[in-house]
Amino acid sequence: MVPLSYYLVLSGILFACGVTGFIIKRNIITIFMSIELMLNGVNLSFVAFAANWKALSGQVFVFFVMVVAAAEAAVGLAIIIAVYRNRETLNVDRVNLLKL
Amino acid sequence: MTSNLYLWLIPILPLIGAAINGFLGKRLSRQAVSAVALTFSGAAFAMALYVASQFSSLSLPHIETVAPWIRAGQFQVDFGFYLDQLSLVMLLVVTGVGFLIHIYSVGYMWEEGGFYRFFSYLNLFMFFMLTLVLANNYLLMFIGWEGVGLASYLLIGFWFIKDSAASAGKKAFITNRVGDFGFLIALFLLIQHFGTLTFSDLFQKVSALSPETAGAGLLTAIGLLLMVGAAGKSAQIPLYVWLPDAMEGPTPVSALIHAATMVTAGVYMVARSHAIFERAPEALTVVAIIGTLTALFAATIGVAQTDIKKVLAYSTVSQLGYMFIALGVAAFSAGIFHLMTHAFFKGLLFLAAGSVIHSVGGEQDMRRMGGLRTKIPVTFWTMTIATFAIAGIPPLAGFFSKDEILWRAYQASWIYWVIGVFTAFLTSFYMFRLWFMTFFGTYRGEAESGHGQDPHGHGHGIHESPKIMLVPLVILAILSVVGGWIGVPGSLGGSNRFDHFLGPVFRSTAPALNAAHTAPGETAPPENQTEGTEPQTGHSTELAFTGISVLAGLLGLGLAYLLYYRRPELPHRIATSLGSFYEAVRNKYYVDEIYAAIFIKPLIDGSSKVLWKGIDQGVIDNSVNDAADGARDVSDAVRRMQSGNIRSYASWVALGAACVLAYMIWMGTR
Repeated sequence: MVPLSYYLVLSGILFACGVTGFIIKRNIITIFMSIELMLNGVNLSFVAFAANWKALSGQVFVFFVMVVAAAEAAVGLAIIIAVYRNRETLNVDRVNLLKL
Repeated sequence: MTSNLYLWLIPILPLIGAAINGFLGKRLSRQAVSAVALTFSGAAFAMALYVASQFSSLSLPHIETVAPWIRAGQFQVDFGFYLDQLSLVMLLVVTGVGFLIHIYSVGYMWEEGGFYRFFSYLNLFMFFMLTLVLANNYLLMFIGWEGVGLASYLLIGFWFIKDSAASAGKKAFITNRVGDFGFLIALFLLIQHFGTLTFSDLFQKVSALSPETAGAGLLTAIGLLLMVGAAGKSAQIPLYVWLPDAMEGPTPVSALIHAATMVTAGVYMVARSHAIFERAPEALTVVAIIGTLTALFAATIGVAQTDIKKVLAYSTVSQLGYMFIALGVAAFSAGIFHLMTHAFFKGLLFLAAGSVIHSVGGEQDMRRMGGLRTKIPVTFWTMTIATFAIAGIPPLAGFFSKDEILWRAYQASWIYWVIGVFTAFLTSFYMFRLWFMTFFGTYRGEAESGHGQDPHGHGHGIHESPKIMLVPLVILAILSVVGGWIGVPGSLGGSNRFDHFLGPVFRSTAPALNAAHTAPGETAPPENQTEGTEPQTGHSTELAFTGISVLAGLLGLGLAYLLYYRRPELPHRIATSLGSFYEAVRNKYYVDEIYAAIFIKPLIDGSSKVLWKGIDQGVIDNSVNDAADGARDVSDAVRRMQSGNIRSYASWVALGAACVLAYMIWMGTR
């Protein structure tokens, strides 16, 4: 039996990777993937707790997150395509029309 | 007591006139404006005459309360009117002389701009002055007191386009503020210690106190503060400086406000407060000293003035000084007597001077007059009567009142008398100087007189004033002759009816009535033996003193005759030989300059350098600016967070989350 703390550490590492990627990457698709990574890092901790305490609610949460992530991916990718068509770039630093 | 005289109508009538002329006058013709003004001031005079006719049937003092005004606990002030012999005299003088001057003004101001404005102000003045004399409490009196100051300000600055007139108005107003400050503090003291400002209650309470002969106390303080107020309004040292400048106003205004009525408000107020002053001998002494000094001081300045109105202005200050001498020696009725006769002859002098100015086309400098005797005979004769009256030549009005004051002053102290007689000599001298310079000799002005200070240039030769101006002159001249006859002293075979008439007012609260309260052996103040009754000293002594004061008047006449009629070159030689002293007198002893250096300059410097540059700009503006600058600087620093870069926001969020996490871990491990 793998102890709970291992899952949590892995979950933390995944989340931290996601945060780091979100902050340092400029490519909007990479950032999008970093967000997915953060979500899945959290998902991992949810299922780990659910298994540990034999509680179903954690797994239900994960399904919710996955549904939301799927919807988000659909909307997000649509936005990315729209941005690319308008700006011909995927660099977020250059998507700055609203900045002063 | 049952009869209701509707006293409140007397002040309200001129107020209605003022309102009509003030609000609608612009659209009315000059005839309509003067009709309104004359109707309402005349109606007030008629009311006053009616009151006088009913007077003997009244139980005095006659009090009419119209409406409550202030009720605060025990303290209560009403809109109430107070009629006794004293206010009746004032009422008749104010409405009578005021009405005559209204008539005169119609002629004098006919060609002026702002005709309706002038009459509106004049009626407004009447309203406030009548409120002042009829009020049954100090607070209502104070309303009138401030109101006449306002009217005075408006009328002095009537030709406000002229800078000198505007600043003269301000000077009068501000100088009066200094006096009003004293008056107000006196009122506060009265409220605090007696809990009422109503005359009848107050004087009843004051009457229960014994005179402060041993040392100065509350009543002395109140008396002195009231005197500060009176000195402001009645142009006494040290607050007299506004009155000569007030001559910037139209001449009828000088006659009405700055000679006959308003400036006597201080005299009236002190006389009204006699119950307080009688119990504050030291305050009375101060009043007498101020009066004496003012009388002498102003008379000496008057000798060297060349502007006809300035001479009269200083003469007014000097005569007011006489009234304060009378008040100061507790001869209240003598002071009021002189107030009344002075209203007649000084009002006449100003109106006649206005007529002179009118006739020579706005010239006010006597050095450019002369020889007007035959050209404007009515003005000449009326002015002659007034000059003889003010000089104290019997049997004109000024003789009786001045003689009465001098005689009573002598009984108090021979110093007052000596200075008084000397001042009488000076008065006579400068008045006859004015008289000779204006009416005798040869005309020294230009034939075609241009527009002078008084915008009255007509461009044609010297001419007598219109009838509407001459009638008031003649009436006042008659009053200046006979006005004194109601107060012929016993030494001259009269019975001094005026004194007997006013006597009850001043005797009713005299300390003598409260002899029971005073310790036995304490000397009673002099008034209880002299007020209203003949002095014990024989008539022959009094006659001798009368002779001396008449002699002083004649001496002044003689000297003026010598210097300004027989030997017109002499005054110049004397002036040169006196050198700097003459210069000082001609420049009014540099009092204005001294005041400017001592009070005004520090005030302006303090205001501009300390308060404006230092506190307003330095502290207040700077603190506001610094607050704004600080906010901007902090924002400048903080706005860098708001980069618009999503990833930097994410960094902040991550950092925040990390901090929260760290905190939680730290709390958990503790």
